[in-house]
Amino acid sequence: MKRVVITGQGSINALGHTADATMQAMRDGRSGIGPLDVRDVDRLSIKIGGQVTGYTPEDHFTRQQIALYDRFTQFALLAANEAIAQSGLTFDGELAYEAGVVLGTAGGGLSTSDENFRTVYEEGKNRVHPFVVPRLMNNAAASHVSMVHNLMGPSFTVATACASSNHAMGQAFQMIRSGASRVMITGGSESMLCFGGIKAWEGLRVMSRDACRPFSANRNGMVQGEGAGVFVFEEYEHAKARGAEILAEVIGFAMTSDASDIVMPSKQGAARAIAGAIRDAGLNPQDVDYINAHGTGTAANDKTECAAVVDVFGRHADKLMISSTKSMHGHLIGGTGAVELLACIMALRDGIVAPTIGYEEADPECTLDVVPNVAREVTVNVALTNAFAFGGLNAVLALRKFG
Amino acid sequence: MSENVKDKVIAIIAEQAVLDVSDVSLTSTLEELGIDSLGLVESIFAIEEAFDIQVPFNANDPSESDFDISSVATIVKAIEGLVAEQNA
Repeated sequence: MKRVVITGQGSINALGHTADATMQAMRDGRSGIGPLDVRDVDRLSIKIGGQVTGYTPEDHFTRQQIALYDRFTQFALLAANEAIAQSGLTFDGELAYEAGVVLGTAGGGLSTSDENFRTVYEEGKNRVHPFVVPRLMNNAAASHVSMVHNLMGPSFTVATACASSNHAMGQAFQMIRSGASRVMITGGSESMLCFGGIKAWEGLRVMSRDACRPFSANRNGMVQGEGAGVFVFEEYEHAKARGAEILAEVIGFAMTSDASDIVMPSKQGAARAIAGAIRDAGLNPQDVDYINAHGTGTAANDKTECAAVVDVFGRHADKLMISSTKSMHGHLIGGTGAVELLACIMALRDGIVAPTIGYEEADPECTLDVVPNVAREVTVNVALTNAFAFGGLNAVLALRKFG
Repeated sequence: MSENVKDKVIAIIAEQAVLDVSDVSLTSTLEELGIDSLGLVESIFAIEEAFDIQVPFNANDPSESDFDISSVATIVKAIEGLVAEQNA
């Protein structure tokens, strides 16, 4: 089996327009959640979100590109450009034929759908822009990344709701580990902060009106975010031979299905995914120092996730750290695992564990060390990142400090 | 009016539980009727639509909501209150 390392990272989300800016905000424990600026916000009962602000598409793309790129594609391209630039890779010759793109998204070009439904239903028009389909399709982001960077190997999109990015990165990891490809571009992107996207979530009544406070007894729901995280996963010998800077090593991955409920999480399904990732990495539970939690800030998730961690780690559960950065960037749904991988890389590479901000009251059902409110400087050798989706689809990655 | 609210709420709950209206009593709990969290959210949606009201209910922590769901009677009482407010 080949070893898999990360040699590039890129992101745009409510915390910043680059991976570095995002990590800086995580170190500072800064929240990117604020009042939503979307059309018809007065008709929404949820008026906050982790929106990308200060962003002008025209600064990055031509008019013709913008006509083809939904916001989720724009985010994916910006993050991919950053990650690939950092890796120093260019794709030509044999490498271009095997390198591919696997991205996660849940909603795809949802704002394109939203805008065009308005056009035909609300405004009563009978004609839409010719690019509606190529903009809204879920694979648009992965396809555009492949076109811009000449990636001609296996490329596809993974849609498993809130676990999409983790499932996507797991596929990329396995393709490199098996020898199918030496380089994969992977992560996820989401842009659901439009009227229809938020209205749909309101219906479930699991959204907070004021803040995302994972693991805190006074939490009252999740807050949506948007953005993308994209990484360059590379076969270790290939990276070493060209002297690439290695950010972290990906060492394990597991996925499970609860097979029980379409929205309620299962402790058993989550625990099996966590234990599976540890086993796949060839580690023991006590080797794990940090877990980037799914930590949505809903009662159902947080209690189940803590119970699953206790199940897997036993006494070691009290020694490890577990934090949810959704408290800062919100829940990016299909893109969330990718942005959260940055917290794992920061913990492993820089020895700084991102906090769970908004933590105000201890909850007897979540008694783990959630790194409340302030980042912590500590050596982290092994980190896990959890994603547990609606539909009971769970995906957990294991990473190790490199060198 | 009040009788009307009660009957409508019970009809909605009965439909959600796939039971006859006669099988739903005021003392029934949602659990007894086999209505889970998703069924509850659906029932509240149907109630909001039927009475054109907003029910203050957060599925994260039903016990923290201002809306008491411990039995059919408490739900009816809360809806009566909301309908009265609406008409006030």
